[in-house]
Amino acid sequence: MAVHAEAHPHHHGPPKANQSSRVNASVLGMLLFIASEIMLFGSFFTAYFFIRVVNGVPWPTPPYHLPVFVAGVNTCILVTSSFTMHWSLQSIKKGNRAGMKAGLVLTFLMGLTFLLTQFREYSRVGFNTSNGAFATIFYCLTGLHGAHVFVGLTILGIMTVRAFRGHFTPEDHHGVEIGGIYWHFVDVMWIVVYTTVYII
Amino acid sequence: MINPLRSEAEAFRFLLGTIVYFAAIAIAAAVGGTWPGLVVFLVLTIAVIAWWFHARRSERPLQTAPRPHEAGERRILVIANETVAGRTLRTMIRERSEGVRAEVLVVTPALNSPVRHWTSDEDDARAAARERLDASLAELHAAGVDARGEVGDADPLQAIEDALRTFGADEIILSTHPEGRSHWLERGVVTNARERFPVQITHVVVDLEQEQAAADTGRTHSV
Repeated sequence: MAVHAEAHPHHHGPPKANQSSRVNASVLGMLLFIASEIMLFGSFFTAYFFIRVVNGVPWPTPPYHLPVFVAGVNTCILVTSSFTMHWSLQSIKKGNRAGMKAGLVLTFLMGLTFLLTQFREYSRVGFNTSNGAFATIFYCLTGLHGAHVFVGLTILGIMTVRAFRGHFTPEDHHGVEIGGIYWHFVDVMWIVVYTTVYII
Repeated sequence: MINPLRSEAEAFRFLLGTIVYFAAIAIAAAVGGTWPGLVVFLVLTIAVIAWWFHARRSERPLQTAPRPHEAGERRILVIANETVAGRTLRTMIRERSEGVRAEVLVVTPALNSPVRHWTSDEDDARAAARERLDASLAELHAAGVDARGEVGDADPLQAIEDALRTFGADEIILSTHPEGRSHWLERGVVTNARERFPVQITHVVVDLEQEQAAADTGRTHSV
């Protein structure tokens, strides 16, 4: 009796992931992320512009005032945190662990300051979500961004703990890189929110 | 494609650009009022879009030159889908492999319907392509050709580009159905491949119907 034995070239375990190189997986992931964020923020901005431009509601609705100066200082803090984030990544790329740790701690502290200042602003602004469409969209836009800062702070916290536990090297610092991209994105969104809601 | 969030450094530059963009608009609006602000907004937006299109056009696909290899060695990349089982193609590969130490990579694009492609439902297409490829490789091995194969992207040009990244080919053999029956010829795949890849490209036409008819005639005569 002839026994036919065939060496199967495929490996055991789960099938090898197929990746169509038409769009690189990491790029596709980032694009989908950006698309979802644009849609999310876009829906809130649409409501904002509808209320302000189409309905012609005065902005901010009298007798309320937006704390432009405090928010401006907060903006400076958040933008500076992006510089320290960039410094942190450049440091680890050059093998400077102390620079990376200092950069991450500073970024985290500035992000936390931003968030606490925003909460403080909420408590003193003098209106709440039930004071008309103007107030609702103000809280929605700034609150949505605040939620993103909170997520960013969580990522930063994990990155900082990992850095102090000896993780990340000049060759392997993907965790800092991805967290940095997210933090810069959060900053970009705040600049858009600050300019449209507070300045223009 | 231009993606400003591909790396931390690019994201940081994007942030700086955003600051400059919005600062310019805000300053123009604060100093001159609504209309100057709107003009700055329009000018900057048009400039950004123009730059983006320019930068996008400047991005060229990676061209992979053949790796240096010993004299007498030849790397042949074969791109074929349904015609991968054709006798004409196998004969050409065998001829090209004669007298040299040939390394042959056969890539079979997993053709799929657009709906299935965009819903990532490509298991059946890949399985069918793998089946055709395995049959063809078995016949090439039987003919003494040392060939290996893989299932590639549904787009033949993309499949070539993918293969060239890991396989520095001296020659590409592109196999299609005859004119009138070939979607690849209709889409100008051969012409586009010649424009896009700096490698010698040989186009071979495989008429499976004619080969099948010839095989049937041969069988009838032998009976």
